[in-house]
Amino acid sequence: MKSAVITFPGSNCDRDMDVALKKFGFKNKMVWHQDVELPKSDLVVLPGGFSYGDYLRCGSMASKSKIMQSVINFANSGGMVMGICNGFQILVETGLVPGVLLRNKYLEFICKNVFVKIRNKNSDYFKNINNEVLELHIAHNEGNYFCTNDQLKEIEDHNQIAINYCNIDGKIEEKFNPNGSLKNIAGIFNKEKNVLGMMPHPERMIDPSLSGNDGSLFFKNLINNLK
Amino acid sequence: MIVNEKVAIDHGLKKDEYKKICDLLKRTPNITELGIFSAMWNEHCSYKSSRIHLKKLPTKGKQVIQGPGENAGVIDIGDNDAIVFKIESHNHPSFIEPYQGAATGVGGIMRDVFTMGARPIANLNSIHFGSTQHKKTKNLLRGVVHGIGGYGNCMGVPTIAGQTSFDSSYNGNILVNAMTLGLVKKNKIFYSKAAGLNKPVIYVGSKTGRDGIHGASMASASFDDKIEEKKPTVQVGDPFTEKLLLEACLELMAGDSIIAIQDMGAAGLTSSSIEMASKGNLGIEINLNKVPCRESKMTPYEIMLSESQERMLIVLENGKEEQAKKIFDKWNLDFAVIGKTTKSKKIQLYFDNELVANIPVNTLVENSPMYDRKWKKAKLPKKIKIKKEDINNLKIIEVLKKILANPNICSKEWIWQQYDHTVMGDTIQKPGGDSGVVRVHGTNKAVAASVDSSAVYCWAHPLTGGKQIVCESFRNLISVGAKPIAITNCLNFGSPENEENMGEFVECVQGIGEASSYLKFPVVSGNVSFYNQTKDQGIKPTPSIGGVGLIKDYTKMITMDFKEVDNSVLVIGKTEGHIDQSLFARVIINEKNGPPPEINLFNEKNNGETLLKLIENNLIKSAHDISLGGIITAVSKMCIKGNKGINLKKPKYLINEIEYFFSEDQGRYIIEINNSDLKKVVDLLNKNAVHYDELGTINENMLFLNEKTKVTIDELKEFNTKWLKEYMSN
Amino acid sequence: MKISVIITLKKDVLDPQGKVIHQALDGMGFDGVNEVRQGKYFEINTNETNAKKAKDKVEEMCKKLLANLVIENYKIIDTQ
Repeated sequence: MKSAVITFPGSNCDRDMDVALKKFGFKNKMVWHQDVELPKSDLVVLPGGFSYGDYLRCGSMASKSKIMQSVINFANSGGMVMGICNGFQILVETGLVPGVLLRNKYLEFICKNVFVKIRNKNSDYFKNINNEVLELHIAHNEGNYFCTNDQLKEIEDHNQIAINYCNIDGKIEEKFNPNGSLKNIAGIFNKEKNVLGMMPHPERMIDPSLSGNDGSLFFKNLINNLK
Repeated sequence: MIVNEKVAIDHGLKKDEYKKICDLLKRTPNITELGIFSAMWNEHCSYKSSRIHLKKLPTKGKQVIQGPGENAGVIDIGDNDAIVFKIESHNHPSFIEPYQGAATGVGGIMRDVFTMGARPIANLNSIHFGSTQHKKTKNLLRGVVHGIGGYGNCMGVPTIAGQTSFDSSYNGNILVNAMTLGLVKKNKIFYSKAAGLNKPVIYVGSKTGRDGIHGASMASASFDDKIEEKKPTVQVGDPFTEKLLLEACLELMAGDSIIAIQDMGAAGLTSSSIEMASKGNLGIEINLNKVPCRESKMTPYEIMLSESQERMLIVLENGKEEQAKKIFDKWNLDFAVIGKTTKSKKIQLYFDNELVANIPVNTLVENSPMYDRKWKKAKLPKKIKIKKEDINNLKIIEVLKKILANPNICSKEWIWQQYDHTVMGDTIQKPGGDSGVVRVHGTNKAVAASVDSSAVYCWAHPLTGGKQIVCESFRNLISVGAKPIAITNCLNFGSPENEENMGEFVECVQGIGEASSYLKFPVVSGNVSFYNQTKDQGIKPTPSIGGVGLIKDYTKMITMDFKEVDNSVLVIGKTEGHIDQSLFARVIINEKNGPPPEINLFNEKNNGETLLKLIENNLIKSAHDISLGGIITAVSKMCIKGNKGINLKKPKYLINEIEYFFSEDQGRYIIEINNSDLKKVVDLLNKNAVHYDELGTINENMLFLNEKTKVTIDELKEFNTKWLKEYMSN
Repeated sequence: MKISVIITLKKDVLDPQGKVIHQALDGMGFDGVNEVRQGKYFEINTNETNAKKAKDKVEEMCKKLLANLVIENYKIIDTQ
């Protein structure tokens, strides 16, 4: 399986994502933001970091970079596009997934492990995964998901919520919400479920020596689904 | 404008220093030259009060590749890998503007590391604030934490460990010390020594603005009437640009076009160009009109003294300019050829086709002032006789709760959760342990680092305190299974012109030297920060020690959380019951006098090395060094982290329970052992003549000494974690 | 009474955000931009009916909280 990770100026999880994708069998290519064409890929990843320093609005300037037109075309033609953290912020700025990501409720950067409940296993991202709950890691300042009531209704009608913050038993309650996200939303799909944006970093959880190993489950499952 | 003695004094120079400048030049300097002298000869750049003492520190060792004198120290960790590291202070700017001060401190130290070709892989910090009751403390703490996080997080470098303390001596002068570790291939280390004639001198990075230009000089009416607009401005950090600068520099460094490279830190273009010229025994000629400027009408004086951030100076091989420029264009950074190396051994600056400064390099460096300041030796305070009735009525559990909730002991999760500590995917021990640990990417090795200081001990007796911090750093590395290799130090003191403060400096340095020499734990880099004071009152002497160690097989790393019920817990090292200067003495019985605990270097080394052997043989399940708060504080933290309890017993040989559990004798660790290994462990300890006590066995969830003395771990955890969160939330 | 305040960075203070936004605009083909500086805008609605008093109050707010006078200037631009 071939993957491509886009490097924007200020991306800083691009290497980590490259390491993770390769570890689970992807042939990954790094793509520079000023390139025009995407290499032939089965998966395109917008990695975490601080593209353009998070200045103006997180993800806003990266969403206008040259490569993004190809990414948008790729997504619109059904290609798998995944945005993690800052990548999620870029995705909402392009409009590929609905909503916005506001500053965390308590106005502080949060770096810690969280549990998320998988809400929709009908996509190639989570299909066939055995777990209901994954322990992943967040590290962000602007992960507070928000959308209008109309958008929320549409999101729910189309089963677009991918993952919610929860506790170890999968309970989705406000007290397990680290950043104030609407409905504890941690990740969201487009209507067609080929585009996924999420705040947690599966690529930081790919080895038992690290903060956890549930990211491995995610990547193993993902590559199997794409085969 | 005309330069005279008064202008020189406004620049912070002393009368005789100004005279020396005129003598060296055989003329009166112009204002630009005076600015350059004042920057190079100030304490920060010239180390004029400290040099004579710093020379005595041990700086060599089998694994030392580069000691002090470069941008950072470098140590060998095998397989052609090397670690570049340094700690640096940014105290005064952080007090004025905590966010930007702390942020630019972090940015500066990272630049020191990647200037040498190393990719930063971990950040640490040591931050010290005034009393928690002081009105400024909360905002300063919040600003500093946000600043450190804001910069480090954006750079994508994990912040893996740190230290935070509160003491009223920092009320008017907080401390912000930032440390960075970088990873480099041994054969790809870059230095600041210029070489070769007529080589292009290149400026890269951000544009030069009027940031941080020396205050005193700006106040002198040397400029036009728009004084307000030309007031010295705070340096603003731009971590995004620094991230680009990092990637661009590493990309250029992958080739072979760089002869020398130096970041523009304190005193910007002045110190960077002069250092490169001085080390290479060359001259440098710069056309200041070529320097990329952010503001219009900047004068030579301003350009030379600006402390704008995120800039580098490079001496390049001839003919490589185009290729280098391409890289910096790609990253959208300024790139300008501003001068060349010359054989003049002078620093020669041109502006509007005029020679505006012409100074022999050696007058700025070798001939800079060096002082042997007067200092007062500290007496070892007399031991306090604590009245038995003062402590016999105390309930251990109540005391323990107070200690665990003390601002200097309590969990700092509120702080380190705001730092990205997992980016780069190699953090295997996060903040909150004895040391932070990151893997050497793609290998089985890991590097451990910790940062420590013990201002109270140093204040009570500087010589002992100096030794103690080095030992504590040593212990923190050993507790995670790392072999200590070398240290970096950040020496935060009051005024060198005050004999007592100078004495504290001299004796702390002596203590650091003795301990690091004995433990073969040399000093490879560091920084001195004097004049940390409020009015005339200096801070408590606060040397911060950053220690670095190596774990050859990262699967053998040790953490401090208790692992398994029924395992045995031992204390390594002898408990004598030293209460003076302990947290217990200060917080519980309000006794602030007496000597700090004694340091026995033989025991430190022997106990530490023996523990490393035990770890090497896979006999240790968890370990933690005993420091502030004594045995029971250490053991409580192990319980809290592991969600386990312990049945404690006090050995019969000693003193009363309070003294046993709260004393702060040095050279001690707590270890957890599987019972089937107990005999092996005890044999090894006996064989190496290491004293140990059996402290207890691990249980499910209760700290238990006897029916009256017991408490659940959840309750202890509550006391340990809530203070800081509550403090910061109201 | 509604008071509007603009807070800007002082003239010589580096504005990293403005600089990067400028570069992005260049990259998108907006020519001829010389400089971009970013600031903050506040609308403060108070019970105060006296314009002078309201302004003074807001000025105090600026000094004590809204602006960081080490690096920022404030300007009350409108009262209504």
